[in-house]
Amino acid sequence: MRHNPEEAQRHQKSESGIPAFEAPENPDFPFRLLSRMIHFVLLISRQGKVRLTKWYSPYSQKERTKVIRELGGVILSRGPKLCNFVDWRGFKVVYKRYASLYFCMCIDQDDNELEVLEIIHHFVEILDRYFGSVCELDLIFNFHKAYYILDELLLAGELQESSKKTVARLIAAQDSLVETAKEQASSISNIIAQATK
Amino acid sequence: MNPFSSGTRLRDMIRAIRSCKTAAEERAVVRKECAAIRAAISENDQDYRHRNLAKLMFIHMLGYPTHFGQMECLKLIASSGFPEKRIGYLALMLLLDERQEVLMLVTNSLKQDLNHSNQYIIGLALCALGNICSAEMARDLAPEVERLLQFRDPNIRKKAALCSIRIIKKVPDLAENFINPAASLLREKHHGVLITAVQLCTDLCKVSSEALEYFREKCTEGLVKTLKDMANSSYSPEYDVAGITDPFLHIRLLKLLRILGQGDPDASDCMNDILAQVATKIESNKNAGNAILYECVGTIMSIEDNGGLRVLAINILGRFLSNRDNNIRYVALNMLMKAMTVDAQAVQRHRATILECVKDSDASIRKKALDLVYLLVNESNVKPLTKELIGYLEASDQEFKGVLTDKICSLVEKFSPEKIWYIDQMLKVLSEAGSFVKDEVWHALIVVISNASDLHGYSVRALYRASQTTTEQESLVRVAVWCIGEYGDILVNNVGMLDIEEPITVTESDAVDAVEVAIKRHTSDLTTKAMALIALLKLSSRFPSCSARIKDIILQNKQSFVLELQQRSIEFNCILQKHQNVRAALVERMPVLDEATFSGRRAGSLPTSVSTSTGTAHNIPNGIAKPAAAPVADLLDLSSDDAPAPSSSGGDFLQDLLGVDLSTASAPPSASQPPKGGTDVLLDLLSIGTSPPAQSSSSASDILSSIQDNTASLANLNGLTSLSPLSANGNSPASPAPVMDLLDGFGPSPQKNEENGPAYPSLVAYESSSLRMSFNFSKQPGNPQTTLIQATFTNLSPNVYNDFLFQAAVPKFLQLHLDPASSNTLPANGSISQSMKVTNSQHGKKSLVMRIRIAYKMNGKEVLEEGQVNNFPRDL
Repeated sequence: MRHNPEEAQRHQKSESGIPAFEAPENPDFPFRLLSRMIHFVLLISRQGKVRLTKWYSPYSQKERTKVIRELGGVILSRGPKLCNFVDWRGFKVVYKRYASLYFCMCIDQDDNELEVLEIIHHFVEILDRYFGSVCELDLIFNFHKAYYILDELLLAGELQESSKKTVARLIAAQDSLVETAKEQASSISNIIAQATK
Repeated sequence: MNPFSSGTRLRDMIRAIRSCKTAAEERAVVRKECAAIRAAISENDQDYRHRNLAKLMFIHMLGYPTHFGQMECLKLIASSGFPEKRIGYLALMLLLDERQEVLMLVTNSLKQDLNHSNQYIIGLALCALGNICSAEMARDLAPEVERLLQFRDPNIRKKAALCSIRIIKKVPDLAENFINPAASLLREKHHGVLITAVQLCTDLCKVSSEALEYFREKCTEGLVKTLKDMANSSYSPEYDVAGITDPFLHIRLLKLLRILGQGDPDASDCMNDILAQVATKIESNKNAGNAILYECVGTIMSIEDNGGLRVLAINILGRFLSNRDNNIRYVALNMLMKAMTVDAQAVQRHRATILECVKDSDASIRKKALDLVYLLVNESNVKPLTKELIGYLEASDQEFKGVLTDKICSLVEKFSPEKIWYIDQMLKVLSEAGSFVKDEVWHALIVVISNASDLHGYSVRALYRASQTTTEQESLVRVAVWCIGEYGDILVNNVGMLDIEEPITVTESDAVDAVEVAIKRHTSDLTTKAMALIALLKLSSRFPSCSARIKDIILQNKQSFVLELQQRSIEFNCILQKHQNVRAALVERMPVLDEATFSGRRAGSLPTSVSTSTGTAHNIPNGIAKPAAAPVADLLDLSSDDAPAPSSSGGDFLQDLLGVDLSTASAPPSASQPPKGGTDVLLDLLSIGTSPPAQSSSSASDILSSIQDNTASLANLNGLTSLSPLSANGNSPASPAPVMDLLDGFGPSPQKNEENGPAYPSLVAYESSSLRMSFNFSKQPGNPQTTLIQATFTNLSPNVYNDFLFQAAVPKFLQLHLDPASSNTLPANGSISQSMKVTNSQHGKKSLVMRIRIAYKMNGKEVLEEGQVNNFPRDL
């Protein structure tokens, strides 16, 4: 049987008079009971600007800011040619630099760091294919597209697709759905505009 | 369109933000945009909703608050078109997390979209559900997801599989519904589905033993075959990474096999061949190949023993360790750490290489290597390894010194073959990195020195020498000052000279010099200075010739701005001047400090001990008056024999001796001592905060009676009291306490806990098929509100329970304090005990009630038992 925080809380609300248990928890990051492969994905520029964040474990807004600041400091200050792993608060952060961007993923202690490096590379290759030799500016102005791609690659912190072609195909199909909808909308508004002339 | 809306496009906003030269400019742009978006929201503007939300996402990424846009996500999701939904779901995942109440509102839309005719909309909904669903949503939508596991399009099936992982993690009892569909997904050919299905099975095995059994029996062979096919497959461009077909699938299969093989010889046997094949055939010149090898080694280490395979695995790690790539070396160290539990001998063979890694230029590798070295040390190799590490302490950078020092101290303590070696090593560490040595570590050193009577001379001389050459290491100075104070006479007279020592001539004034330097050095902190003061007092009796000089030094602190120092210097001065007759007895050498008690206290202060005490019953500042009253009563009534006296712990002596330690963070917190706040300074000053009042009073009365000078010393004490008006601060009855601390060492400590209160029957508070908890009660006489409960946990099963943790919760009118359990491992049919203290503020009106939770691991599985205890005796 596993301890389930929500369950316990609901349980406790029903019984009045006795306060909730004080569960042993990390004061900085509570609710970290579930293990999953990737806890979050972070893209930071060399200047420490955030280009993409995706949280698969619950972090409050405050925690997120803190994590980003802390990790930015650690990772950006590491020299070249060092290993791509950083131990951080009992987790491991795997990072890799591509041009001016650092791609970081936070994983559990027992996860396969080398594989995560491979996943990062996988992601970069798909981005590269989609944008055609991707650069930081692409990711700034089309950040939502980068998120769409990430969502086809990872789900619930786990890898969902190992084929770059499939991801590209799925994204293209959805992009064209959006295009069609736009065209329809504009043609409808054209018709309306002409009709009301 | 509303007048405030800037109507800028997303692209224009990003451009505007990027062109900002200062943070203030950026804030202004963002504020303007946010105002426009808010206005649009309040007007319920539909045309630009998706654009506004896209802007908000960008603003959110910059770290600005965007909570006002949360409802907009829901509206977009509820709209019918794919583009709106796509943005809406993206924003939902970005702006909200599972802990927000708003999220519940989206459940209905999600349900509709999971049943949508457009597969891409189903995909969006699954993605959102998988990334941020809460337990309630998981419960509500599990049937939909289960159904989608059989959807015609594989891309939906794979999403549904990952979504199921989230669901079973949130609500583990739903796991059984997913076992069969997951097993059928394993037969698929589509890699995406296969990857996610294997992952789902892995997670099912983690939450449900039923699933583990099922997959072990039904799927092991199939999985082995899948892996074999993969390993032997010809080149397939779609999944190829550096010449290997789908390393991701490889790794996931190996992970699942690891879980299936663990603890099951048959399953392990079934996978031996393929593991051997993977371990030998995979190319190790690219990262992808190494990732697979690494995973394969992990699997080999975890499954049931097969000698040949293990050798293969250790050899791979050996190869990794000598690799030039830092990543590979890092993972090798990581895996060797796990291999320690399997084959320590094999890992020992790589000791030299691992030691080299401790000196690596890469901090991550250094740390990993140090962790591993720490595991490698045993009685036989502790000397050379410690020498290496201490040698490296000089060269390491500041950041790493702290970790390294910690590890060295811990190793030296754990494995030291003899005391003199321990003292030597600690001295080296203190001289090299004293500022990184934790308080409890140098406290422990003092305890050891105090216990090693034949080494007193050696230690004090070595410390004296070290403190002459190194002055900037605070904790070295403290230990040195303490020892000079205690063993000053030995230092000067060269008592107990060992053969290995070089002769040294220290005059009495040299010794006083050393202490004077410590007290006058401006970098010394309060603790050091206060320790130096005490040392001086002690030396004044040991070295009568320096008495006048010592008095001068002590007097110089009379004007100290630090209350503690001022008070002590006034008191000491008073002792020197007026009480020559008791001085010698007062400053006698400390009795030997009790090692067992000290280590017990240290163990109690480990962070693992979880106390659910609801209040800081012992350290409330208002409590001063009460504990202080007792000593006074005792002082006046010296013949009172029935003073309530819990067994006084020798370990307290050290703390009392160092009772000046005001640095709140560094004080080794005992289990009975909640974190100190600033208000406790006074308590600390009076040194009554940490020791129960009864204890100090009892020893005080002991001393006084043993001195056989009742009236005189009572007068002395009163004289002292009046001399320190500053400290009295309206609490004059409390001020004798410091004196009593000085005297503390004299008391023949053991005093049996007398059972004065009425006896209560013990009761079985909780019993299940596997565990029984019984309570024994006792009361401290004179304190009817407080009940001491001795809980005994008895293991009723033939299995060992690990990580045993008992927690209790009480209503507000009770205060609970939990001491750590006697052990966190409960042997089969054995028992452990844990004591707690409950204070009932409604004593006589309400009886005790308690909810309990007991967590432990049985055979690696977490077990949680909960219950409520209502059958306490009435009058507790």
